[in-house]
Amino acid sequence: MGVNMTDAMYVQLLDLACGAFLLTGVLVLWRRELSAIVWLFALQGVALTALIVVLGSWQADLELILVGAGVGALRAGLLPYLMRRALVAGGEGRETQPLVNVATSLVVAAVLAMLAYALSQPLVRLSPTPATQAVPVALTVLLIGFFVLVTRRRALSQLVGFLLMDNAITATAFLTTSGVPLVVELGISLDLLLAVLVLQVLTTRMRAAFGGTDLDELRELHD
Amino acid sequence: MDSLLVVAPVAVPAAAAGLYAVLGWNRITAWLGVLAAAGLLTCAVALATAGRREALAGLLHSDALSAFMLIVIGAVALLAMLASPAYLAAELAAGHTGARAMRRYGVLTQSFIAAMALAVLASSLGLLWVAIEATTILTAFLVGHRRTRQATEAAWKYVVICSVGIALALLGIVMVHYAGTHAGVASLNWAALAEHAGRLDAGVMRIAVMLLVLGFGTKAGLAPMHAWLPDAHSQAPAPVSALMSGVLLSVAFYAILRVKVIADVALGTAFTRTLLIIVALASLAVAALLLLAQRDYKRLLAYSSIEHMGLLALGAAIGNTLALVAVLLHILGHGLGKSVLFLSAGQLHQALGSSRIRAASGLMARAPLLAGAFALGLLALLGLPPFSLFASEVGIARAGFAAGLGWAITAALVLMLIIVAAIGRHSRRMLLGGEPGEAIALPRSVAVPLVAGLAACAVLGITLGPLHSLLQAAATIAGATP
Repeated sequence: MGVNMTDAMYVQLLDLACGAFLLTGVLVLWRRELSAIVWLFALQGVALTALIVVLGSWQADLELILVGAGVGALRAGLLPYLMRRALVAGGEGRETQPLVNVATSLVVAAVLAMLAYALSQPLVRLSPTPATQAVPVALTVLLIGFFVLVTRRRALSQLVGFLLMDNAITATAFLTTSGVPLVVELGISLDLLLAVLVLQVLTTRMRAAFGGTDLDELRELHD
Repeated sequence: MDSLLVVAPVAVPAAAAGLYAVLGWNRITAWLGVLAAAGLLTCAVALATAGRREALAGLLHSDALSAFMLIVIGAVALLAMLASPAYLAAELAAGHTGARAMRRYGVLTQSFIAAMALAVLASSLGLLWVAIEATTILTAFLVGHRRTRQATEAAWKYVVICSVGIALALLGIVMVHYAGTHAGVASLNWAALAEHAGRLDAGVMRIAVMLLVLGFGTKAGLAPMHAWLPDAHSQAPAPVSALMSGVLLSVAFYAILRVKVIADVALGTAFTRTLLIIVALASLAVAALLLLAQRDYKRLLAYSSIEHMGLLALGAAIGNTLALVAVLLHILGHGLGKSVLFLSAGQLHQALGSSRIRAASGLMARAPLLAGAFALGLLALLGLPPFSLFASEVGIARAGFAAGLGWAITAALVLMLIIVAAIGRHSRRMLLGGEPGEAIALPRSVAVPLVAGLAACAVLGITLGPLHSLLQAAATIAGATP
């Protein structure tokens, strides 16, 4: 890919991709319709793909660009498709009243961003390149994903929370070291895909057993 | 030939899983799992005597520590598989399962065992992670086997909490890789990382080690990420609970041991030690608190697993040879004792239709052999002689006092006293109290693993025999300080 990039252009494109990555993550906190959340997740997958392709073009590394395409196919294509199918089958359009309202969620996101910035200082210090300086963005999305996971009550929104965390870890891997070794990357993608399929089957069973996927219904087991 | 021996512990159960997929579960194939487990155990013993081996272009690697873990996996798998035919036959007779579910049980249990063998043979942090995450996926449907509301709830919590925990471990691995690349180690190989650990950046490694201990600790059932464990262990079929509690937790703990070797060189021993003491005491405290008012005997066993994982973390925190030998022996003793208990609890649950402690009162009069096995298993887990857990707990305590960690050991002993009192009170109500009901039959094929497990646990408490040198070698690999 003989794209000739100047330094300034590389940094701009990288920041653009990271900005889109962060924005889609924050918007998940804002929207309540499950179909919109799935859309945002797919868009985040596109932003992640763009991020990897920019890194790959800058390093003139064809393998990295191909890995980026694979990541995109999984995270912007296959996973959103699977979730959309689950959504159509389930017929539950909206998140029920979340535990934390939208305004508070957005404030929490700002606090999480500061936390992520503080946490990533040692990482940036080791090698302050434009790519590693974007690590706080990835860690912010990680914390937002965790926040979505613990405060949302629909099974599908919890799943999106988990996948946001996973996107963020992948982004961190590419920003710091251009990704983990290929064997591991393949294993991770396979495990992720299977985990999503397992959770999807469990959602179907939950609907059969509880008549819905509101996780507040999960109260049978306690001490 | 050399490399074949390293691949075999993964290949044998994987082949058995394939055969189950083709042939299904019937009266004859039900014993295929036993055969595969025995094969795995044989390979493990052969590897223990073979020294360091590699296979598949260095992807797999076997040393004394992995060989010892394979022995634990093989031994517990053998007990669990011996009890499986009778367990599934009873489930089928009661209408809780069908031909498809039994075929799936065969495929999933064998793949699960293969994934655990892969985890302890992996030569890199990355492959280890993939194998441990695979165990979550493979056991999800085993936990949800009965498809009831409770089973579905347990499976959901299990997959979500463990996947999140293991995702944190993945982030830790990414950071180790980042620190490694800047120290000239491009791979995630143990040996390479340990060799150059002194050059890894301390600031990055501190975050990485914290994430790795928290992440793999989730899967090992260590506090604060233990919430999935009592649900999953009480809902899974008994032989699967035995495998999960007896070995899966320890396999995840094995990952922490491997991380500790690198962390100790990169950061000095104090950092990981503090981290492990915190999770150890937190786990013991959680177990003690929730055991006091426990009303369900399967959940009682699950909380006891959290207690024992806490003890392992404490032993690893101490980190000298005596402590690590004791930790490894404790892994084996706990695996044997806990599988006996979960298998007996499974029989009990099938006979009573309830896992309430109150429903099981007067057990000694109704099922003397079953109650005897359950009682001896509990005594073993409470650390009474002659069982090996007595020797390993004494070892951890002695090593702790010698290493100047007397305060941590004292705190742990106080919490363990509470646990002994709680379990003692519940088991007395269960075994002796109440009016005797109708007798409970114990199939002979289940009695065999119960007796064998207890006997092995008792023999190990008296003499280690040839295991002694293997444990010493494994402790050295786990980074024992003299």
